[in-house]
Amino acid sequence: MLNQSGADRIFDALGDPTRRALVERLSRRPMSVSDLGRPFDITLAAVVQHVQVLERNHLVRTKKVGRVRMCWVEPAGFDVAAVWLAERRALWERRLDRLAEALAEQDPPTARTDERG
Amino acid sequence: MASPVVHRTLSVERTYPALPARVFAAFSDRGTKLRWLADDANFGVDEFTLDFRVGGFERTRFHSVGGAPMRNDTFFLDIVADERIVFAYSLTAEGVRKSAALTSVELAAVGGGTRLRVTEQVAFLDGVDGAASRRSGWGALLDRLGDAMR
Repeated sequence: MLNQSGADRIFDALGDPTRRALVERLSRRPMSVSDLGRPFDITLAAVVQHVQVLERNHLVRTKKVGRVRMCWVEPAGFDVAAVWLAERRALWERRLDRLAEALAEQDPPTARTDERG
Repeated sequence: MASPVVHRTLSVERTYPALPARVFAAFSDRGTKLRWLADDANFGVDEFTLDFRVGGFERTRFHSVGGAPMRNDTFFLDIVADERIVFAYSLTAEGVRKSAALTSVELAAVGGGTRLRVTEQVAFLDGVDGAASRRSGWGALLDRLGDAMR
């Protein structure tokens, strides 16, 4: 379908709650990788890995400034329409999963004869 | 000034171990439909009416976890028993129409079961570059994305 890649990309990169929290923190102001990870109970190496995933998905940009690596959010990477679409898709997926449950619960013990053969 | 309308299409497919007639009935029967359509952890349903026929309306009034009043207004455009349901609907949140969509639900018998495909063509009315989306900010956007993934 049209433009699924944007939604999939954002879902993959922001499916992790820590990465979402990192992006939200970064949206306030650019900061170094070590500043960025400070409030989180994770190693610097883990922060670097998260930032790399975000950077690979064009949601965050980084640049070495002197001895530190600075990070910025990449507004162009946040395709708002892709997020809306992802929400809508997730809504339908939840609905159709519940439909499976509803069908299973009302399942008759003996299957009806299928006239379609 | 109104924001530009953003158009997107999505498609979701499932296969159920039930005959098409039973899957179709889950769309036409009010009680069953209410269970899967609207019984969502993210929302609470206040009112649900279903007039399942071509030219009939389905109306859902519900509220988000945060309490914001929302509604879906659906109009059935085409119904072929056990095979196809086509409808148009709008989603309104706090009195503001957020989106309008044309949705096709197609059922196909496969083995003893049913393959169901939902294809939705959505017009997002919020406007990607609109003031509303800028106001909502990163935090709200990320929260909503987190909700969507629950």
